[in-house]
Amino acid sequence: MTVMEQRDAYRPTPPPAWQPRTDPAPLLPDAEPFRVLGTDAAAKADARLLRRLYAEVVRGRRYNAQATALTKQGRLAVYPSSTGQEACEVAAALVLEERDWLFPSYRDTLAAVARGLDPVQALTLLRGDWHTGYDPREHRVAPLCTPLATQLPHAVGLAHAARLKGDDVVALAMVGDGGTSEGDFHEALNFAAVWQAPVVFLVQNNGFAISVPLDKQTAAPSLAHKAVGYGMPGRLVDGNDAAAVHEVLAEAVRHAREGGGPTLVEAITYRMEAHTNADDATRYRVDAEVDAWRDHDPILLLERELTERGLLDEEGIRAVRDDAEKMAADLRERMNQDPVLDPMDLFRDVYAEQTTQLREQAAQLRAELDAEADGTDR
Amino acid sequence: MTTVAAKPVTMAQAFGRALRDAMAADPSVHVLGEDVGTLGGVFRVTDGLAKEFGDARCTDTPLAEAGILGTAVGMAMYGLRPVVEMQFDAFAYPGFEQLISHVAKMRNRTRGAMPMPLTVRVPYGGGIGGVEHHSDSSEAYYMATPGLHVVTPATVADAYGLMRAAIASDDPVVILEPKRLYWSKDSWNPEHPTDVEPIGRAVVRRPGSSATLITYGPSVPVCMEAAEAARAEGWDLEVVDLRSLVPFDDETVSASVRRTGRAVVVHESGGFGGPGGEIAARVTERCFHHLEAPVLRVAGFDIPYPPPMLERHHLPGVDRILDAVARLQWEAGS
Repeated sequence: MTVMEQRDAYRPTPPPAWQPRTDPAPLLPDAEPFRVLGTDAAAKADARLLRRLYAEVVRGRRYNAQATALTKQGRLAVYPSSTGQEACEVAAALVLEERDWLFPSYRDTLAAVARGLDPVQALTLLRGDWHTGYDPREHRVAPLCTPLATQLPHAVGLAHAARLKGDDVVALAMVGDGGTSEGDFHEALNFAAVWQAPVVFLVQNNGFAISVPLDKQTAAPSLAHKAVGYGMPGRLVDGNDAAAVHEVLAEAVRHAREGGGPTLVEAITYRMEAHTNADDATRYRVDAEVDAWRDHDPILLLERELTERGLLDEEGIRAVRDDAEKMAADLRERMNQDPVLDPMDLFRDVYAEQTTQLREQAAQLRAELDAEADGTDR
Repeated sequence: MTTVAAKPVTMAQAFGRALRDAMAADPSVHVLGEDVGTLGGVFRVTDGLAKEFGDARCTDTPLAEAGILGTAVGMAMYGLRPVVEMQFDAFAYPGFEQLISHVAKMRNRTRGAMPMPLTVRVPYGGGIGGVEHHSDSSEAYYMATPGLHVVTPATVADAYGLMRAAIASDDPVVILEPKRLYWSKDSWNPEHPTDVEPIGRAVVRRPGSSATLITYGPSVPVCMEAAEAARAEGWDLEVVDLRSLVPFDDETVSASVRRTGRAVVVHESGGFGGPGGEIAARVTERCFHHLEAPVLRVAGFDIPYPPPMLERHHLPGVDRILDAVARLQWEAGS
């Protein structure tokens, strides 16, 4: 029984004005996630792109490892690792043109870095020295968003505004599987579809929302299926296959840029580490499951493909690893320097112009700081 | 220049005129919300805007307050100046996460790189016989959120002036529109709108010498009426209309209370945890040695907003204000 037949079954005599708006069939995702690496489709993949993806994914893995190490040294307040999800992070960054916008969640530091942000600036939030360490307009990367899914309507509004201004801009918004349960996810997708806004929603389904597995999160056949209810296409992709994620996102970006409206992409991947360094993943999942995903590692998949096609040898692998090592060493060195903070900045940028009340409070803090410096504080 | 004589204009019309003039003056001003387009808003404040500026500038959105506020954040990120309507006070609550976590904080989170020139229109307060969820006084929630400006006009001229100021502001402004004053009229010349002082200035609506009534929005006309009635009792009451709750005009309020030595804060929002507590504390901190009596509050009861047939018992009226004024003849220990 098709969806349309089901509707007829419980609504036998619709009023005349009631018409199904579209045939949902073309919007439905394929049953199997789209794959490129290890399939016949790989032969058609651009060699230069594959090499680029490989280098970025390896760098990303090293970045994740370095950032996690920095939490252990107390240099980062917290780090939600995207180890295992690097293919999604990197593809999301590489698929965008310079004028496009990326809307990352708190786990997507790597996507911001792959888009060209200074790694230290991208870690500002997680380091704890301020909330956003960069000018979002400079790289067209929205602030890393901590509340779940609330950045999605921002992406819709920005893309809508750009189109109103006649600019050829696409927004790509990232969210996790847990975030798809939030009201803002629903409202953002609905607005995007109604407005036909040039937005691509990328759901990284990494299996768990902290500890809650997907089957307790949704009863939908897949998260990509949710698209059909909003009237946009849903696409399912192997989230560990960097070439596949890139291709699906590139197609969605092209579709949006050409005025076709939004797409919901679900990338099926796996979070190899705990939710953050503060979480204990052994309480909610077993090692065998994690191990099974190791055979489907994004680096492994790319390395196998590139090696088999003769596009990568031992020397090439070493060169990529050396480059990643340099990035990590530089990150380590710069993160080991204490940030210089000015407490008076607390009162800056609350309002364009400080209110009388904030001026009084700033004076109070100034006096406290002066007393501290003079050693006269009580 | 043609001159148009002053004629009676309602507050709703003045709000609408302000939106129209702001949109005409600046193409980046966009109005969005539920029913703001074809219908012209349930209070007709946005009447004619979609026709004049097109539905891309005055947009009927899906029914979703978080979506309205959230997309407006994105529009502001791209350089537009969105004006969003929340339709009714209690309908705004689903949008609070966007308002509190993003609208109010975006400038601060990005260290000034990403201001939020966004205006949030909230028709608020009771007295119109609305059923539940249509009459809340939600100002305390907004006041408690750093990063937001909160203004509320009480006159037709201020409705125009504060709306223009809100839209012109590079910061987010919540403009609380007193629903029961929407149809109040005043002689007003739209060709020469009265200049309003910058957001953050209170005004003395009625000078007086024996006590100060500190109030705002829908309670201003009630206080004016109470001040007239009090003359019979020998009281000469000063009425201060705050106009802006954030930032708060300590200067005007304190100067008034120092002159009169007595103060009553009047608002229809509940008293406990309400704006009056903050205002009374500020006045006490600044004017303690000038006070002849404790700062009193006349507020709505601390109850969920009552059904329409009972709301007159809840809303502070002239008698309740006069009772408080009588209590200002306070003696220690009494």
